[in-house]
Amino acid sequence: MAVTVKIPTQLRASVGGASEVAVAGSTVGDALDALYSAHPELRDRLTEDGKLRRFVNVYVDGEDVRFGEGLSTPVKDGGEIQVLPAVAGGR
Amino acid sequence: MAITHLKCRECGSEYDLGAQYVCNQCFGPLEVAYDHTALTTDVASLRRRIQSGPQNIWRYADFLPLAGRQPAASVRVLSQFGLPAGCTPLLRADRLAQRLGLKEVWVKNDAANPTHSFKDRVVSVAAMRARELGFDTLACASTGNLANAVAAAGAALGMPTYVFIPSDLEEQKVLATGVYGTTLVKIKGNYDDVNRLCTEISGERENWAFVNVNMRPYYAEGSKTLSYEISEQLGFETPDRIVAPIASGSLFTKIAKGFDEWLALGIAEGSAPTMNGAQALGCSPVATAFADGADICRPVRPDTIAKSLAIGNPADGPYALETARKSGGSIDSVNDDEIKAGIRLLAETTGVFTETAGGVTTATLAKLAARGDIDPEERVVLVITGDGLKTLDAVRGTFDEIEIEPSYDQFEASIGVTS
Repeated sequence: MAVTVKIPTQLRASVGGASEVAVAGSTVGDALDALYSAHPELRDRLTEDGKLRRFVNVYVDGEDVRFGEGLSTPVKDGGEIQVLPAVAGGR
Repeated sequence: MAITHLKCRECGSEYDLGAQYVCNQCFGPLEVAYDHTALTTDVASLRRRIQSGPQNIWRYADFLPLAGRQPAASVRVLSQFGLPAGCTPLLRADRLAQRLGLKEVWVKNDAANPTHSFKDRVVSVAAMRARELGFDTLACASTGNLANAVAAAGAALGMPTYVFIPSDLEEQKVLATGVYGTTLVKIKGNYDDVNRLCTEISGERENWAFVNVNMRPYYAEGSKTLSYEISEQLGFETPDRIVAPIASGSLFTKIAKGFDEWLALGIAEGSAPTMNGAQALGCSPVATAFADGADICRPVRPDTIAKSLAIGNPADGPYALETARKSGGSIDSVNDDEIKAGIRLLAETTGVFTETAGGVTTATLAKLAARGDIDPEERVVLVITGDGLKTLDAVRGTFDEIEIEPSYDQFEASIGVTS
């Protein structure tokens, strides 16, 4: 099960400058764990006590995982996971 | 100048004063830090300096995040300083107060800004800071009011603008954006989709100043001018209570911050106001989290006529919750019928016609009053953030019209006998 993780600009230095990383995993949690194994410093940047930090948003094929099952949200083969800072503030 | 660095609100990491909005360590939002030690020596002279400043937000330049030359009283050159925002009326609304069983209610009418919403305040600050940092293009993700403000600011300053909006926005807000000659991009999705795309674009277009993305630490500071003005208009005192809308939560938290700053510096007298937040029931992630005792907000898919508040994934939600709780306030929500009634209540008791967001805020004030949360002796300020002409559908069909021939008899027959 290969999925693509889109890396936000703030984290690209940690993955050698890449904007996307291909990993294996059938859920968001599995895929992110695979990402952390390949790039260990990302774990602390994105998680705290094993949970996503509160200002980290994760989307699967454009849908916020908090609408789904969080880190247990399934990802289909060839799917796309996007990690973004939770900035907003327009009206 | 007084600004010193950017600081992460979550982990405290510090950064240079660039176009950075998120902490590289924890993704927390960055906030501008100041050093006001040079200001605190003489409060009376500081008040006089404020009072002799320009009739716009730049009278509060000491507390705003610009590094360079501050706009001065004499400057009215649009291409240099943009549209003058702020110094909007604070109106004592006795008839509204009476209707609600209260004694002292004030309406801060921010529809009286150049593009008819409080967004001119934040855009003024963001645009000036963007220029200082060398950007030549402005952009934003918007639910309408910000779109108006950014497009107009670009026109005044001579900067190209790119405005991204949800495709289902009210026609009035679309027309009042396009007229300024912006590049208007409608996204097939809701505001949260627009915001996500803009966050992605801003990472790729490094010469664009997205006012509410990469300029966000500076932009958000502009909202503090609402509290400075309210304080100054009340004779350098704080009100007892603020009722203000919550979308992302940025305005709400920055209003509280503005009062805190002036109280700490001694410029304003009194105590920190109780902060009441207002959301539409159809998009109430912060009100729900408040009611549940949660410290983070679960995102929702918005479904409300209050489109300018329709942010389902509010970035500053956690801080809005802290602000309401710390001040002894609350965050409430009202349904679409209550929103329409709120627009009507404000209009028929004050002569101020507000958009749906103002209907949310007014209806929330009415709810708090009916619930007995407000001591009648309190001095309450209702923050009205936008103009009713932007959301005309909300009042269509809500009143009777009388149509007659141009005949005195018909007039007497239809109206004369009833008066």
